[in-house]
Amino acid sequence: MTQTADLIVIGGGIHGSSTALFAALRGMSVIVIEKDTVARHASGVNAGGVRRLGRHLAEVPLSQHSMEIWYGLQDMLGADCGFQIAPQIKVAENEEELDRHRARVQTLNRMGFYHETILDQPQVRHYLPAVADHVVGGLASLRDGFAQPFWTTTAIARKATQAGVVFKEGERVLSLKRETDWTVTTDQDIYQAPKVLNAAGAWAGALAGSLGEYAPVEAIAPMMIVTARLPKFCDAVVGATGRPLSFKQMPNGTVVIGGGRRGRADTATNTSEMLFPELRNTAATAMDIFPIMRGATIVRSWSGVEGRMPDDIPVIGPSALHDGLYHSFGFSAHGFQMGPGTGETMAGLIETGATQFDLSAFAIDRFAPPNT
Amino acid sequence: MTQHSPMEPTKVDVAVIGAGPAGMAAAVTASKAGLSVALLDEGQSLGGQIYRNIENGTPFRDGILGRDYVAGRTLAQSLRASDVTYLPRTTVWNISTDNMLDLSRDGSSSQLIADKIIVATGAVERPSPMPGWTLAGVTTVGALQILLKASGVVQEDAVLVGSGPLMWLVAAQMISAGTPPKAIVETTPKGRMAQAMPHILQALKGHRYLTKGLSMIRQVRGAGIPIYNAATNVRINGGEVAESVTFISKGKEHTIHSNHIALHQGVVPNQQVTRLLRCDHKWDASQHCFRPVLDGQGKTSVPDVYVAGDGAGIGGAKSAALMGRLVALAIAQEKGKALPERVDRLEAALASDGAVRPFLEAMYAPAPQFVKPAKETIVCRCEEVTAGAIQEAVDLGAPGPNQVKSFLRSGMGPCQGRVCGLVVASIIAERRKASMDETGYYRIRPPLKPIPLSELANFQPLEVAQK
Amino acid sequence: MAKRIENTGEPVQFTFDGQTVTAQSGDTVAAALTAAGIDILRSSVVSGAPRGVFCMMGTCFECLVEVDGVPNRQACQVPVTEGLTVCSQQGAPEVLEASA
Repeated sequence: MTQTADLIVIGGGIHGSSTALFAALRGMSVIVIEKDTVARHASGVNAGGVRRLGRHLAEVPLSQHSMEIWYGLQDMLGADCGFQIAPQIKVAENEEELDRHRARVQTLNRMGFYHETILDQPQVRHYLPAVADHVVGGLASLRDGFAQPFWTTTAIARKATQAGVVFKEGERVLSLKRETDWTVTTDQDIYQAPKVLNAAGAWAGALAGSLGEYAPVEAIAPMMIVTARLPKFCDAVVGATGRPLSFKQMPNGTVVIGGGRRGRADTATNTSEMLFPELRNTAATAMDIFPIMRGATIVRSWSGVEGRMPDDIPVIGPSALHDGLYHSFGFSAHGFQMGPGTGETMAGLIETGATQFDLSAFAIDRFAPPNT
Repeated sequence: MTQHSPMEPTKVDVAVIGAGPAGMAAAVTASKAGLSVALLDEGQSLGGQIYRNIENGTPFRDGILGRDYVAGRTLAQSLRASDVTYLPRTTVWNISTDNMLDLSRDGSSSQLIADKIIVATGAVERPSPMPGWTLAGVTTVGALQILLKASGVVQEDAVLVGSGPLMWLVAAQMISAGTPPKAIVETTPKGRMAQAMPHILQALKGHRYLTKGLSMIRQVRGAGIPIYNAATNVRINGGEVAESVTFISKGKEHTIHSNHIALHQGVVPNQQVTRLLRCDHKWDASQHCFRPVLDGQGKTSVPDVYVAGDGAGIGGAKSAALMGRLVALAIAQEKGKALPERVDRLEAALASDGAVRPFLEAMYAPAPQFVKPAKETIVCRCEEVTAGAIQEAVDLGAPGPNQVKSFLRSGMGPCQGRVCGLVVASIIAERRKASMDETGYYRIRPPLKPIPLSELANFQPLEVAQK
Repeated sequence: MAKRIENTGEPVQFTFDGQTVTAQSGDTVAAALTAAGIDILRSSVVSGAPRGVFCMMGTCFECLVEVDGVPNRQACQVPVTEGLTVCSQQGAPEVLEASA
């Protein structure tokens, strides 16, 4: 039997779930179709950084908006998302790196944003007492934070369910067709709605492609390793400047280390795989920046399938070809913090057709198909 | 044999993981067929757990451990006489889909690539969750046996709590060693003999096992040890360490004082490697465990990956060795080698050796207390997650073990779910009224065993790994 | 109490939390400590409750100890050698406080 709604969201990650939640709060009826389970891929298994620091300039306004929602998110959801406000710090290992950070702060200030600040050497030691001696300073966003990605995304989905959203987990979309309304055929059912959001992450490019829109999404598998519990030595989320690293000690003492190194991703089997040789430098970087890590033991690792765009910023906004079709995908391994803000923005755009944000940098038609 | 020369191989035809009966037999047979073989094992010496320390036996200890144990020595000798490269103290901590094995040995990590991989990682003891089972001084019955085999050490005040052939064997061995257990608390529920009887005719084909089992139980019962039957409501009491065990038997509550309580509920396949490799698994309702789905020749759903021995489903040491040989022959055949022995004879021997199993499985299926532990019982020992917390996570919407793990950290500690996995899955299945196959199991993530971060930084990968 | 029914190896001495333990060559650290009557090897990182050897075969990770400065070694997998320095691992109290 065909089911109908005002909006069908394809993809039960943080972007699909939060758009569904905010759309339902606006009074829309929403069905979310998820081929696996909510938060199964990048939304449930990322490093959990709630980071404004160091974002692409085009993302900064949306990221700021999202941060405001994050501060009240747990109250809004009535759930523990493991969210804590904490500094995000990119350490500078030499003066040249610190100069680059100074230039960035000036640029942001000119744009009217003041959340990123320079830390000199004593300040960086104040926030990171265990940092190595050679670190000369850093770039910080002091009221960023971190959260538990799986708790957060599932809490958003639970709240959405309470608001009337219907989640169809374990259903794969087979086709998407536009007549008067959109008809979504899955391996189990048929759905119709005037509006559809493509929030299918690493699988979104194929979906857009099936409707004639070119979106070169690359499936990637960012890798993370986690250590056995260590005594508390770091309250901030730390990155390096000249080499890839993301580093965070969780409240329970375990340390999560990631930072851009990639494993193997396979969108056909929905799986990803660790490639440990790629992590040698990550391990060395972590020990260089925090000497205490020389005694750490790796107990677990994981990777999740994520969609990356060639320019490392997402596709957000209406379709360039079809009325009633919207996209929100390709967050390129840094979409977790943007989840609530982008969801709220997309819900507004989908309902009213307008948004206060300039989404032109995220337009889907910025990529030229290879044959033109 | 090539006693782990300084130049270890980086590429072999067959990598065998685990040097118990299945692994040793598979390695020897594959080698006889002309394949290059590396036998990788975490232990100090050959034998796995069942033949632990087999090469260092003394007449005194052989007498205590018995004929079936001593039989493993022949296998170890044939391995030593073979061309197999045996790497002891070697932990396989990851295997990737391109058949690359990440190994840790003596504090440094390297890689080995294999055309075929035989997983012979055997069995682990089924968990016995009960109040107090995390107290110091509480071990498994298997742990007591390893102490005896490897170090000639026994606990004089041990109380054995549980069910199954291994518990009776260890009791008999302790008696032979002159230090009988203080008491045996048998948890096999009433009525099990009636459930097992339909399998007795088949079991008689394996009468040697039945005779051995009966004489073992007779020996233990004749030794004057207190034995409590069909015990329920078992709990261990203590503050810092275990002090006593309390239970109900024949309608009466008993408390036995001891600082050393040993638990046993049978053994189940060790799934870590086959789960890491994402082999298909299916619930075995008779053995009450997951086992990898195999074709008739030990081949899993993943190309080039085979399983032999108890890891394929519990069959015991003799079956494990037979299966190891069969798997090696299947690989030899695929590689176009002349077979060094006849497949049909091995298959007939395997069928005959397994005849007793359905009887034992019906007789010694785990008691309900250990499959559905009470709310306040700790199930995940590493992260101290209770049965009740798991039920609540299910009620919040967690559909399976992986979501429960994300909510509660159960299975995220250093043991990576090895101990709690089956119980967590059965609690979820019960709560959701779902089958075990629908419920599934933890996804197992590398490293299979913890490795120091500094070892990862100094990892020596094979050049071919660099794409 | 634990009892050694047979002496087959050479005596080997190591320390556990500063206390000298005499073991036999061929013992693992876990077996040697059990034979010496030491049942508590660490405290739980979650509750701080004492823990000891459980499976003796590398499965349960209950017997984690620090060996010659390297934490999280499985005592049941490490052979004793003369002069080894073994320390118990005590929970993570600072960490528990910090998570409040």
